[in-house]
Amino acid sequence: MLELFTELTGDALLGMIINSLIPLVFVIPLALFFVWLERKVSAHMQDRLGPMITGSHGWLQTFADVLKLLQKEDIIPADADRKLFTIAPILVFAGSYAAFAAIPFSSAYIGSEIDMGIFYVVAVSGLVVAGILMAGWSSNNKYSLLGAMRSVAQIISYEIPTVLVILSIVVLAGTLNLLKISEMQTAYFWNWFIFGGPEPGLIKFLLIPFMFAGFLILYISSLAEVNRTPFDIPEAESELVAGYHTEYSGMKFAMFFLSEYANMFVVSAIVSAVFFGGYQSPFGYLGNSLGISWLVPIEQFFWFTAKGIFFVFVQMWLRWTLPRLRVDQLMAVCWKYLIPYSFVNLIIIAFLELYR
Amino acid sequence: MSIKTEHMVLNMGPQHPSTHGVLRLELELNGELIVNVKPHIGYLHRCFEKHAEAMTYPQIIPYTDRIDYLASIYNNFGYAVTVEKLMGIQVPERVEYIRVIFGELQRIASHLVAIGTYGLDIGAFTPFLYCFRDREKILSLFEMTCGARLLYNYIWVGGLSHDIHPEFVRLTREFLNYFRPQVEELNQLLSYNKIFIERTANIGILPAETAINFGMTGPNLRGSGVKFDLRRNDPYSIYDRFDFDIPVGDGRMGTVGDCWDRYFVRVLEIEQSIRIIEQALDQIPEGDVSSAIPKRIKPPVGSVYGRVENPRGELGYFLISDGGLNPFRLKVRGPSFVSLSVMGELCKGHLIADVIAILGSIDIVLGEVDR
Amino acid sequence: MKSSKEIFEILKAEFGDKILELKEDIPVDPYIIVTPDSTEKIARFLHDSSDLQFDSLMVLSGVDDNNPVKTKDEEGTESLSGGTLSVYYHLYSIPLNHKIVIRAVTEKENPMVQSVESVWKTADWHEREAFDMVGIRFENHPDLTRILLPYDWDESSFPLRKDYKNPEFYQGMKIPY
Repeated sequence: MLELFTELTGDALLGMIINSLIPLVFVIPLALFFVWLERKVSAHMQDRLGPMITGSHGWLQTFADVLKLLQKEDIIPADADRKLFTIAPILVFAGSYAAFAAIPFSSAYIGSEIDMGIFYVVAVSGLVVAGILMAGWSSNNKYSLLGAMRSVAQIISYEIPTVLVILSIVVLAGTLNLLKISEMQTAYFWNWFIFGGPEPGLIKFLLIPFMFAGFLILYISSLAEVNRTPFDIPEAESELVAGYHTEYSGMKFAMFFLSEYANMFVVSAIVSAVFFGGYQSPFGYLGNSLGISWLVPIEQFFWFTAKGIFFVFVQMWLRWTLPRLRVDQLMAVCWKYLIPYSFVNLIIIAFLELYR
Repeated sequence: MSIKTEHMVLNMGPQHPSTHGVLRLELELNGELIVNVKPHIGYLHRCFEKHAEAMTYPQIIPYTDRIDYLASIYNNFGYAVTVEKLMGIQVPERVEYIRVIFGELQRIASHLVAIGTYGLDIGAFTPFLYCFRDREKILSLFEMTCGARLLYNYIWVGGLSHDIHPEFVRLTREFLNYFRPQVEELNQLLSYNKIFIERTANIGILPAETAINFGMTGPNLRGSGVKFDLRRNDPYSIYDRFDFDIPVGDGRMGTVGDCWDRYFVRVLEIEQSIRIIEQALDQIPEGDVSSAIPKRIKPPVGSVYGRVENPRGELGYFLISDGGLNPFRLKVRGPSFVSLSVMGELCKGHLIADVIAILGSIDIVLGEVDR
Repeated sequence: MKSSKEIFEILKAEFGDKILELKEDIPVDPYIIVTPDSTEKIARFLHDSSDLQFDSLMVLSGVDDNNPVKTKDEEGTESLSGGTLSVYYHLYSIPLNHKIVIRAVTEKENPMVQSVESVWKTADWHEREAFDMVGIRFENHPDLTRILLPYDWDESSFPLRKDYKNPEFYQGMKIPY
């Protein structure tokens, strides 16, 4: 689609700029939608209704909240470090948003086709860590600092199982490029990597249990990456008041909030691209059977969004059901259970691929 | 060469989302390990005992409501039992049965709050709302009878203030039939959840000897394995006519006397309360609820100590009367006051997150602590 | 199960003149009056003795007995002074299921009672409250400070005394309004 924009505007630079702004246009309404979805999901699980008054079933509630936050006074504590305090939310949002560059929205559109797609996504998500640490330190508050330190420890520990599982998929696929990985899982849902991959044979069926194990490990680690319950120690309301974003108000707080939901979507998109076929539909395309070829990328975009929203919904479901882990138990789960399992998983998958 | 280190003092101040009320905990920390916990109380002190010396006996009853505002029938009940003991009043049978029914309904409501807020402190948001949804039904039963949802002023010395509504028995039976399966759902959602068990088992272990020495009573004592319940061991009112079990903690998820045991004793007590209410509903006689209320309450000179089994422990009233219309001295022994003093003992060697878990399992209400 | 008379006999045999009398004639609970400097020894005996086994202190209350004596000084003006403060101990035995009430009477001018905190740990906070409200001092108590009132409340004002008057100012704020 980059060529389309370059053609339209006649200038390569302008084409590139429009190409890179499209995810922004996609992400911000999506984050607002997720805020509404979270409130409704939590309400229905708790046997109540949630926002009902602003708009039918409350769909305008998020807009009202954003308008309110825009009008709030921007308070910076007197002893806080001003520069770091202001940069921190921007850094967190930039880290979440930059990951959208390498995720394929459909076969026709990807922000930029990088040959090391997944590696780039994991690396850039590390910017979030720096932003959180800056936020906690510059607030000049014992509780914020405690929350920020816990968050940093949690995120960098849980990156290891994530990378190990992604490595096992890379071993199967042979490439780091997310667009190619999504293209490989074509035609029907049994070609998805969770069911062993597109190449038929005995190895495909042998791989299935290890693929499921890998999916579970990846999903749990991704919960920890985005600080969602049961791993939400950094923002544990009942212990540390609000953790690293205690002192933030107004638009800066809104940026933290929106970047959390954007991050959730990035991680869900990675999980679905790597295991569940990315933008591929599970049973063929309407466009293909009707003969309208330009309908296919639109359908793929629809499937991509649907899978992403489904995994985000499961994350919300888990948040409102499970209690919270303590810090040392959280670390124990990562280092004593997830990392050994994912190592073993990687070795077995590599063996099976060797035998193919 | 040794490095000089200091213990950090962290204040969980009077305003905090998890200390159940205005309580200040001064934590002395070595990193994340607790060295000492010192509770500071007195933020909710309303001079109940001094007020009681200036008012007549019936006027004190609304003030007793506010001691433990989450289980206020028992405050009235304890006060009425104490004054009736001193004056030697015998209340009619119907009054006794209604007092027991309301007391047990209040016990269920109070335990639902304890369980819900404990889940909320640990991080499980949903059981809290399920508990409160069921509690609403109980509160509407109360509202139907005496007009108030939280602070009743219902049990008077010698009887009750209102008789029950004609539909009360039928509606209560419907509620009990609806509520019984909800306890099972609550167990599946919270009690047997692996993460919850990890957070609460083997935390805050209270041995039985220490518990008795510290004066703990109620679910806290029973969670440590001691089978002591005032309704069985020192019966007041007509509790000796009902058939119910006394659940004790047996350490099935960890050690005897840890936080999970204390929490689970409360869940089991809800089931026992449902049994008592059903037996009482079957046996209510007819009668007049206000026939034994004396015109003027003027007890003889003397002193008496009366106690009832609050959802939090043993609520005691020590009354010294000098023959006048006002009490000479009325001392309230609130169970949370005694339970809170054991915090320093229980928290040694645990992490900050465990302080919240221990405080939630002791189930205090600051109104009782400070009076 | 022992009655109060039997417990009184046992205590009298053990401690002699520290036990003053047994008051049984007024309703409802009979109590045993003891001297204030012997409470700790008596408490330890009650806790450890195998046929009494009082392992639970239910409540400890401080009471102002409101019995000052009228004195006439040289000019002939009457004034009230003296009087006593009491500490009531309600004890209960879980294994043997019997109760007793002990009362220690001390003078109002300089009230001193032996602390029983080493026998029952629950007495720690109860004695702090008795000190806070009525002004009774307990010897050998680990940390006798105010518990319910603020730490900077006036040192000599104890609210539950019968002759208590509200102080005029507290931290610069006028109290009666």
